[in-house]
Amino acid sequence: MAALCEAFTLCGLGPSGGVGQGGGVLALEPGPGPDHVLLTDRGRTATLFKVSDQKPLGCWSVKHGQIITSPVVCNFETHEYIAVHDDKVLRIWKDEDVNLDKVFKATLSADVYRIHSLPHGDPLVLFKGGGVRTLDVLLEAPQQEIENIISDEVIKWSEAFLEGQQPVLIFITEKDGDFFVYVQKLKMNSLHKYKLEQQESSSPLSFTAYIRKQIITLLCLYSNDSVYKVLIPLQQNGEGEEQILSKSLLLNLSISGSVLKGTSLVVIDKDHVAVLGSLAASGEESKECLTIWNTKFQTLQTSKELPLGTSGQLWCYGEKFFFTHGKVLTVVIYKCETSSLAAAVGKLKDSQASDISSFVNWNTLEDEERVVSFQPQQSAALKSESKMTLRSRRNSVAKAQPDAFKVGQILLNIKDTSAAVIEDELRQLLLKAQIPDFQATIGCVITALINRCKTDPVFYPRNFLLQMVQKRELSYSLCPDLMAVALEKKDVHLLQICLQRFPDIPEEITYACLKVFLSISDDYLERTDVNLESVICYIDIEPKNKELKTEVVENGFNTELEEDSCDNRVLKETHTTNDGEFCPVGPRKAALLNAVLHSAYSETFLLPHLKDLSAQQAVLFLRYLYYLYVKCSEKINTTLPGMLSPTINQIMDWMCLLLDAHFTVMVMLPEAKGLLSSLHKFVRAQVRFYSELNKIEGTLRELQRIKRQKDSQAYSIEVLELI
Amino acid sequence: MAANGGGTRLAIGCEDGSVKLFQVVPGGIQFEKNLDRQKGRVLCLSWHPLGTHIAAGSIDFIRVLDVRSGRTVQRIMVNYHVSKPKKRECVVWSIAFLSDGTVVSSDSFGRVQFWDWERGTLLESHTVSTSAVLSLAVSEKEDSIVVGTSTGATYQFQLLPVKAGGQEKRWVRTKPFQYHTHDVRAVAHSPTALISGGLDAQLVIRPLMEKVQRKGYEAVLRKVTFPHRCLVSCARKARLLLFQFSQHLELWRLGSTNETGKDGEVLNVCRMPEHLLQLKSKGPEHIYCSCVSPCGSWVAYCTASRFHIYRVQHEGDSVSVKKVPGVPKLLLPAYQLQCASDSGRLFVASDRGSVHVLQLLEPGGCKHLHTLRPPAGTAEAVYLLASSADGNWLAAVSGDWEIHVYSLKHFKHHCAVPMYGCAVSALAIHPATNNLVIAYADQQLFEFSIPEKQYTAWSRTVQNGGLHKAWLERDTPITHIAFNPQNPAHILLHDVYMFCVLDKSLPLPDASTPLFNQSALKQLPEPARQRQLHAFKICKKFQPLLFAELLEENRLVLVERPLADIRAQLPPPVQQQPFGT
Repeated sequence: MAALCEAFTLCGLGPSGGVGQGGGVLALEPGPGPDHVLLTDRGRTATLFKVSDQKPLGCWSVKHGQIITSPVVCNFETHEYIAVHDDKVLRIWKDEDVNLDKVFKATLSADVYRIHSLPHGDPLVLFKGGGVRTLDVLLEAPQQEIENIISDEVIKWSEAFLEGQQPVLIFITEKDGDFFVYVQKLKMNSLHKYKLEQQESSSPLSFTAYIRKQIITLLCLYSNDSVYKVLIPLQQNGEGEEQILSKSLLLNLSISGSVLKGTSLVVIDKDHVAVLGSLAASGEESKECLTIWNTKFQTLQTSKELPLGTSGQLWCYGEKFFFTHGKVLTVVIYKCETSSLAAAVGKLKDSQASDISSFVNWNTLEDEERVVSFQPQQSAALKSESKMTLRSRRNSVAKAQPDAFKVGQILLNIKDTSAAVIEDELRQLLLKAQIPDFQATIGCVITALINRCKTDPVFYPRNFLLQMVQKRELSYSLCPDLMAVALEKKDVHLLQICLQRFPDIPEEITYACLKVFLSISDDYLERTDVNLESVICYIDIEPKNKELKTEVVENGFNTELEEDSCDNRVLKETHTTNDGEFCPVGPRKAALLNAVLHSAYSETFLLPHLKDLSAQQAVLFLRYLYYLYVKCSEKINTTLPGMLSPTINQIMDWMCLLLDAHFTVMVMLPEAKGLLSSLHKFVRAQVRFYSELNKIEGTLRELQRIKRQKDSQAYSIEVLELI
Repeated sequence: MAANGGGTRLAIGCEDGSVKLFQVVPGGIQFEKNLDRQKGRVLCLSWHPLGTHIAAGSIDFIRVLDVRSGRTVQRIMVNYHVSKPKKRECVVWSIAFLSDGTVVSSDSFGRVQFWDWERGTLLESHTVSTSAVLSLAVSEKEDSIVVGTSTGATYQFQLLPVKAGGQEKRWVRTKPFQYHTHDVRAVAHSPTALISGGLDAQLVIRPLMEKVQRKGYEAVLRKVTFPHRCLVSCARKARLLLFQFSQHLELWRLGSTNETGKDGEVLNVCRMPEHLLQLKSKGPEHIYCSCVSPCGSWVAYCTASRFHIYRVQHEGDSVSVKKVPGVPKLLLPAYQLQCASDSGRLFVASDRGSVHVLQLLEPGGCKHLHTLRPPAGTAEAVYLLASSADGNWLAAVSGDWEIHVYSLKHFKHHCAVPMYGCAVSALAIHPATNNLVIAYADQQLFEFSIPEKQYTAWSRTVQNGGLHKAWLERDTPITHIAFNPQNPAHILLHDVYMFCVLDKSLPLPDASTPLFNQSALKQLPEPARQRQLHAFKICKKFQPLLFAELLEENRLVLVERPLADIRAQLPPPVQQQPFGT
């Protein structure tokens, strides 16, 4: 839980640093030490404070008539202070300098917006025209030409980060209610411009950003009392084109009826933000307060009322909040620990593991769905086009598709563009795995793809679908037609993976899969790629091997015996015609059937479908189940080795189900008779064995009871003979 | 409470946070001074081996006190880095001061921490358990530490080089042991073994394999469940048993039967055992020793500061108890009580090798007759007594393992048994021959003739032939010796796991014959039996055995104390978290 500690005053503010918007101070920047801050007021003065001692260490001011326009920052490398007054005049000084008139001065050719100091690296100077220079470069030629990038947009906010060794500068501009985000990588000399998605009837008030794993997370406080999150990937290769950044709702600043009108926010850690604003309950006077919110659980963690009012500015350095409160600059120390349900019940182990939650925000899907459903279903030129491009599909290299971000666009493209283009776009999409509600988006994409497949028999992006099902946590309900199409195409590998991955396959589809698997010829399967993980550990016969063996028979050996020699030893000695000994199906088919056995089902719904199996298929399946059952029972723990291999309960359930469904057929069918009788024998032997064990258990218990009875006697007289 | 290295000063930590220093003087302690007092009770203390400083552990912090000035020179917060909302009380349960200035603390958070006392910095921290670490002990060389936790686990830490052959050394948790079910309240570190005592009433001696030369009897883990002394006394004539508990005594009359049967049969009890009396000792002190006279009419017990004699009168089925007034004050403390076989005298084993002889007077009084002392004097107390049936002799064993025999006729020293370098675990005087039978803790048996003042011929044969290996490797010492009134050749010996009737008339077993042969003998026909017989008739049917005594008419009374019963009375072990897995 987060907690705000007692507040203390850092310093009083002059007449300019008052309450309300436009008041306050120009900025508060971190000072040279961990406990130091640099305060720049809206006039001529900058002061260095030691926070824990609540005392100023140094104070500098410019001449009368001059005004500091860019807040003083500290160059952490050289321990120099840098400021700009009157927009163009740069000053650099050290601790020991007293008079700012006498320190280093450089007059620049353009207006400076702000200077950003980075912990390891040269300070960055951002000009009002959007140009960025490092201080070094600027000082070499102070009068150099500074380009104007943003024409008549106005910079609203800027921030600098270090990603690796590379300085990154992000700034946001505004023009006519539109907000633009610029990301400038200085070393690469690349500049990206994005447009911030519009929000009806509200505008951003405050921004804050942090960088993690090559992604800038921009948090925007909007005037509709919500915090939105915008993800900006740093890895961008396409240039020039303006992309629209979509935003997702992170937090709604409302507490049981009352709404927090935020004025500024800062990020504390990945789950917590602090918002300064005024809390307005209906019918009551609003009061300003400082709040800490948990974004993961959408809860207000703590708040502190600020009755004297603030200027709406909030800074956070080194576990301390700084804000103006009344006529003073106040410091509040906070404590904020990562909260989790596990921590709440005392079972917290590693918070790093659960970084990305994968739940779906269904509301954001609406638009895309609409796109899918309302588009005209057919497109005339589709067939020929895709045929043509199909050949070039393999060798086409992923071309940069800078605009692949917009899912809706992709969905439209899927309708009509060629397969190669779609694949490329999809690959682009997959690279941006960070987009919100990715899972749902993928579901939409797959649905669109399947629709295309249905209408266009040649179109079938098999690899993409396989990859999707394997990698992502999809479910049947997310892409209901996928399996139907796979069934139609007899794509057994995809079906196998679906059966293994999807938790919610309807019984009808399960049955359809089973039927396809049973009816499909082994020759066809030979050519397909099936995951054999589940059978490789216990299956014993390679059909080809068998043929080979019969050919090399010599010295009068019985062929039948020889056949067994590739089987294991135990079986060799036993009777060879026993049905349970050989796997009646090839390993590929066995693997597919295992996938069916593994899927979830309800007996009531499956039974009617199972009745539709042909007698031959039913017998084959039963034979395979019997084989599995015998294999299972060989081991003392009655489990089959290997990954995803069926359990004995699954085998038994399916066996019972199958016998229930085909009871009369099995009884009538001559070829089933042998199988049934050996099955019967096997089960009877097991039942006998277990009943014997039960008897022994009773005896053992009785023995224990007798012993205990003997022990419990506290006093006894016994006869004892010592020889 | 802790004494300094030389044993000359004693530091005592108090509830109020002060540390008091006492000078150890002969016969007692003398207050020296108060050291700096601070808030928070002192839970543990440890002297620097040089005696210059004392480390004191209390709740949430450790203090280091300078002995000469009495000032607190360092104060270390043990959970300084734990953030405030999480802060719970951290109890420092145990502390040790190493000679290099390292302070080792164990606390209720399950941590064992190493501190540099001068800088007050944490050197190393090991979390060994989720529950408290209660006890801690350091080996003499200071290269090994043993800690005990409230989950019943003990851990060994060793100071090992980081790299083989390297100079830099670190404390490493090496061996975990789990022998206890409850809190491990005390641990000790001997040169070759870790010793731990738990709330589950067990003392465990775990030899360190690397310190033991050969694998064998020495290297076996020992569990000590019962104290090596007699907690039950028997009034043979009156057929009463007196059970000594920590705070009370119980007197029972044995039941009887009128049936007879064959070996192994359980006979019907026609007269149930009777609980005659329960004597509760007043105050918090534990009962140290107790005895009942053979006639059953006197019961005596002693705590650390008090000594009581009661007269028990049996009138038919009813029992009345009367406290004997005017018990002499000079007797304390008493380590062993023994009644003469005619119930006329009570022998009280006391300090400095002295034995007080009291005369028990009818109808309820007593008188101090004499105090017996060894001629050379000794500093050690007497802890075992044996009196002869004819009332002439008394044997007393003192803590320096010397056995003195006194003549009660003349109240004078008769002789001393030759010294044997091992603790005496039990001794008794044969009623007919006045031979003193002595059992030592190393399982050796001796027979010493008191009138002749020398070992008997049988004893010499035993020593020449040596005892059977299986006998010598038993786990627990003999705690009681008794004689068969019907057969003077029979000696009854018992330890926790067996009792043995030693028949002196039979040959001693040699190394090739099995020692425990009773069950084999039972299956043999009579003539073959005769050839296989040997002196040790051992029965292991009843375990764990607290007491065994021979009565008249071939009767033997045995007292078992099932461990399950003891466990059932213990508080539940450390609470496991009720939620979560």
